[in-house]
Amino acid sequence: MSLQGEYMGMMLTVDDVDRENWEFFAWCDKGEFRLQRSPKSGLLRYPPTTACPWSADRSYEWTPVEGRGAVHSYVEVHHPIQPAFRDKVPYMILLVDLDTQKGQPSAHEALRVAGNLVTADGEFAPPEAIQSIGIGTRVRMVFSKVADGFSLPQWTIDEDAEQPENPWRYPQE
Amino acid sequence: MTLSSVTDVDASSPKHLRGRYAIAGVGETTYMRGSKYSTRSLATWAIKNAMDDAGLAPGDVDGMLSYSGNDSIFCPFVAGDLGIRLNFYMDVHGGGSSTEALIGIAIGVIEAGMCKTVAIFRSMNGYTQVRIGGTGARSAVPINGDQIHHRAYGWQSAGQMFAPTFLRHMYDYGTTPEQVAAVKVAHSRHASNNPKAYYKNRLTIEDVVSSRIICKPLHLLDCCVETDNATCLIVTSLDRARDCHRPPAVIQSVVGRCCKPRADMHYQHGPISTVAGHYAKDILFPNAGVSPDDIDLTGSYDAFTFTTMLQLEDYGFCRKGEGGDYVSSGIIELGGKRPNNTSGGHLCEGYTHGMNMVIENTRQLRGEADDSCPVGPDGKHQHTYDYSEGGCRQVKDVELTANLGWAMPGTGSAMIMSKDTR
Repeated sequence: MSLQGEYMGMMLTVDDVDRENWEFFAWCDKGEFRLQRSPKSGLLRYPPTTACPWSADRSYEWTPVEGRGAVHSYVEVHHPIQPAFRDKVPYMILLVDLDTQKGQPSAHEALRVAGNLVTADGEFAPPEAIQSIGIGTRVRMVFSKVADGFSLPQWTIDEDAEQPENPWRYPQE
Repeated sequence: MTLSSVTDVDASSPKHLRGRYAIAGVGETTYMRGSKYSTRSLATWAIKNAMDDAGLAPGDVDGMLSYSGNDSIFCPFVAGDLGIRLNFYMDVHGGGSSTEALIGIAIGVIEAGMCKTVAIFRSMNGYTQVRIGGTGARSAVPINGDQIHHRAYGWQSAGQMFAPTFLRHMYDYGTTPEQVAAVKVAHSRHASNNPKAYYKNRLTIEDVVSSRIICKPLHLLDCCVETDNATCLIVTSLDRARDCHRPPAVIQSVVGRCCKPRADMHYQHGPISTVAGHYAKDILFPNAGVSPDDIDLTGSYDAFTFTTMLQLEDYGFCRKGEGGDYVSSGIIELGGKRPNNTSGGHLCEGYTHGMNMVIENTRQLRGEADDSCPVGPDGKHQHTYDYSEGGCRQVKDVELTANLGWAMPGTGSAMIMSKDTR
């Protein structure tokens, strides 16, 4: 059965034949962040794909991964495109380097996982939180529910982590 | 910063085609908002203009290529409308990196004996119908599978999708908003000398960096214009092109949709401040047998100020990380050492998914930039080389041009053209 639900005014659908995405979002709904690992290369990958980019191996195992990392880059949106985001601006899209597998298999590679900056409860982050973070900020993963069996990964500030003193921010504030 | 090379493909083998094909004709519609024409009508308008430019009759064109994102018309309709009987056509899905890629395909199918002369068109009501920025109908479509990993986060428009690369370049190399704004300033000055340009007003750095933020680091004026228009290029062998009305722009090399590793999700393979030009340059320059220093004029895709800067840098017109210095040095302005987008490009002339920069370089190589210079008795502009507002935009002594096309940070196309040396 397809996963389907309305989220932020958008109808999101994952067809059942899209097995890789279906399983990814179903794991998220169980509160678990799992990524595909190729038994051949031993490497994890994101987003879900149909083969391992480093070994062309089509087989994979869903492997639990710690949802922690640091902001690699970001987008701070002031002009929304999708209608339901209009009352959320400014909002942030984070591109997060997971600690797991950072710098592998080559120096500048990482599992870079996207998500919005949200509160620990999964609400869109308020302006003061948005203004406090930048490249290098430590974040942890939370999940936003779309429908039964279907959740999305999101990012929130990691309260337990040691934070950089001055995370890099766009210079023109 | 160095980039580890995952694949070292030598795609630079077919050097025997260097200098054997040419752009024989170029044409476009007016650059508009609210065109009140169908994409079919716009396409026939642009193709007819290109045929007239080349001096070709419908029976002389027997191949056609187009590209779109389901927002255009298919080749057989417009060919039929114009009385062209096709020996070959193909309608390709895609946007910004298609122009140069399709020119390469045209060379290939002519070389294979499948047809003789190919018209390539892009027709779009990019303002009144399918908005390229993703607003309107495109923002309301259902989101399926792979798209969820970005669109669900309000990460959809080109500006939003590319912003992490732009921002990371600032972080990695100290590039400033003011440096990048210089791209808009240069292109706006060029557009002021282009009667066809949608936006002809000259802008300052201050105008750009004080315009409202769309998504950091992009201000409104860092983003291109959305317009309704069609554009056309006619590709044929150099021998045939020499029989046409206009001097041929000779194709020295092409690169088509060259990709970074994992271009599907560009951000997985860093450095994310490096774009596909890093790979494409190793096909582009060896195939043409020239280096960046030899190029007189560039047409670097300017969906955003940043795309121009990133490509000029990764194709080697300056050192890696020095793109901000390069674009703010005056080099890219008319009168500078190597002007970029002398028509005003996507930022000012009109948005055509890469086509108008090739049209402009073709006219520049002919010495026929359509500016406001007086027209002589031979029907040609008498260029003054006075680049002040409303004046000339012909570059002096153009021998070699480069076009750098962009689909996304991870995918690009490119082409080098020369003046006919005969």
